[in-house]
Amino acid sequence: MRGAVTRFAARDEGPAARLVGFMAHLRDAGFRLGVGESDTALRALAATPPQAEAVRAALKCVTCGSAEDWARFDVLFDSYWRSGGRVRTKAVPSPSAPSHTRNGRSANGQSDGSGTADSPETTPGTEAETGTDGRLIASTVRNLMKKDLREVVSPEDIRQAEAVARRLGAALRDRRSRRARMAKRGAQLDLRRTLRAAIPTGGEPMTLRWKRRPDRPVKIAALVDVSGSMTLYARPFLAFLAGLMRADANSDAYLFHTRLVRITEALRDEDPLRALNRITLLADGFGGGSKIGLALERFAATYARRFVNARTVVMILSDGYDTAPPETIARAMQALSRRGCRIIWLNPLKSWRDYAPVAAGMAAALPHVDLFAPAATLEDLSALGPELARL
Amino acid sequence: MPPRLTMAQWTDTQTALATTGYVASDDLAMAVHLSLVLGRPLLLEGAAGVGKTEVARALAAMKGCDLIRLQCYEGLDAGHAIYEWNYQRQLLTIRAGEDAGAVFSETYLLERPLLRAIRQPVAPVLLIDEIDRADEEFEAYLLEILSDFQITIPELGTIRAVTKPMVILTANGTRDLSDALRRRCLYAHVDYPDRATELAILGSRCPGLSYTLSTQIVGFVQSLRAEDLEKKPGVAEMLDFAAALAGLGVNDLTADPVILQATLATLLKTQSDRANITTEVAQRLAGRAA
Repeated sequence: MRGAVTRFAARDEGPAARLVGFMAHLRDAGFRLGVGESDTALRALAATPPQAEAVRAALKCVTCGSAEDWARFDVLFDSYWRSGGRVRTKAVPSPSAPSHTRNGRSANGQSDGSGTADSPETTPGTEAETGTDGRLIASTVRNLMKKDLREVVSPEDIRQAEAVARRLGAALRDRRSRRARMAKRGAQLDLRRTLRAAIPTGGEPMTLRWKRRPDRPVKIAALVDVSGSMTLYARPFLAFLAGLMRADANSDAYLFHTRLVRITEALRDEDPLRALNRITLLADGFGGGSKIGLALERFAATYARRFVNARTVVMILSDGYDTAPPETIARAMQALSRRGCRIIWLNPLKSWRDYAPVAAGMAAALPHVDLFAPAATLEDLSALGPELARL
Repeated sequence: MPPRLTMAQWTDTQTALATTGYVASDDLAMAVHLSLVLGRPLLLEGAAGVGKTEVARALAAMKGCDLIRLQCYEGLDAGHAIYEWNYQRQLLTIRAGEDAGAVFSETYLLERPLLRAIRQPVAPVLLIDEIDRADEEFEAYLLEILSDFQITIPELGTIRAVTKPMVILTANGTRDLSDALRRRCLYAHVDYPDRATELAILGSRCPGLSYTLSTQIVGFVQSLRAEDLEKKPGVAEMLDFAAALAGLGVNDLTADPVILQATLATLLKTQSDRANITTEVAQRLAGRAA
């Protein structure tokens, strides 16, 4: 299964250079490695017997920094060191030309340019993944429709939305931290500072120092449905997301239609237009069908584990029309609410007269929702402030 | 290669861990070995119940040194993690009219785990458990201590480490750790053990069990983990399960469905998991494991 050891060209500079080449190879695949790691890796190898498996294990614990890295390492290791006896002409890639072709290939989903090994993300039929760096990696799911988001949202929208997002964020910022800070007046006596202040007065605590729990901002994680039935409302919601990302460095944004895409990094782009451009690339399938249940379930199982805690407000903007059975939504919502977060569901249809949550998915989700409110425009969103503060 | 003459092999570390009753995978043993050799902290990540904390215990037993544990929680601050002044004692001293200037001295200092760890005459194992539960501010503070191994107390001055503790951090992904912290540490991801490893663990912890029952237990727990559960049973749960069966004098897992269902209490810890694994499901899994 594993190929023979990679042969290196004769003019190659030696093991240290090859190791540096390997580090560059990992960096290309999205590992976050600095010069320090190369040094550690060399020292680690000095303490390792020259057996392939030992070297693999040693480099693994030095270079990996997360569970994703850990899962991908073996394939990357094999593709560099065991590329089937193929000659690697240059251990260290020169910064100019070769890296270009490499990037071209990684866009196709191969995490590596030279690999004979299978890429870890090529399981057919699964939803697309965004890499740790926000790059989109291979998808076999075809989109139904392509739409340029720049036609949908204008920079002015974003500026307006930014103001709205700021207000909403402020309304939500009512949770107290558990860590006490010094304050002019407060609930607890700060013994340490009181005593320190008592020294000049001969140990008589004349002035009392207090501490209290300062406000801690809550994080917002917003999930926007951009399936076909929601196209009408995509404009205010996307603008709102962009505004939110720019107003609050702690928030997260996701799009979903038939799959779930994290667009936080893309939206943080300084240039609003370029941000939209990046999302257009990510949001392949925009305006297509909707699989709310699956998207939420995926969110609960992956991103929510890392980004959602008791101090998070999960905001779902969707009409609740789902093609999957409602049990999926119910299960996903239950898993999500178990993380201790508060859940807000904003439904554009709710502002209609005589609206009743008859969509099976919506009805299934309601028991787990802390606030169910109408929102179809930016004004609606902005009017939510007082309700959010009451949560 | 000269270092190999002086340094223990990584397989020796693996064997030494095994003698303390911890069966480590190759990757984990190598990570532990390198963190000992290079003097770097080791960050262990993985689901709850895969034996992350146990690594620190095994390591302390292996080196015959103390284990100092700092359990992290939200709101953990310097006063609980590093040091605190003994205010009551200070106040009394001042009241008694003794030399008030002396109240900021060693006598009035309360050591907390981090300070204690760097002042041990013999290097201890410092376990910083569930670091992802502490907040970002504390992580930054920890980073400073982990890089310099010194702590500055404004009233006393800088305290340098007498010995460098072997640091193990554990996390189970409650929140993202900072890149800076990750880069300072060696990393190992701990998974649920595979069948052979788990069998070895069971053998070393419960040596009295018959071979057939051991394989049945491990097979059952392994297939239980493959089911769609809210909380998958960890290694400790598996050992509890084995102890329960041994205590009830069970020799065959499939023999009595009622007993099996009752002993599931050691493995399944939520109501919906209990409801999902009905007697039929449990019997099917047990039958397959046999």
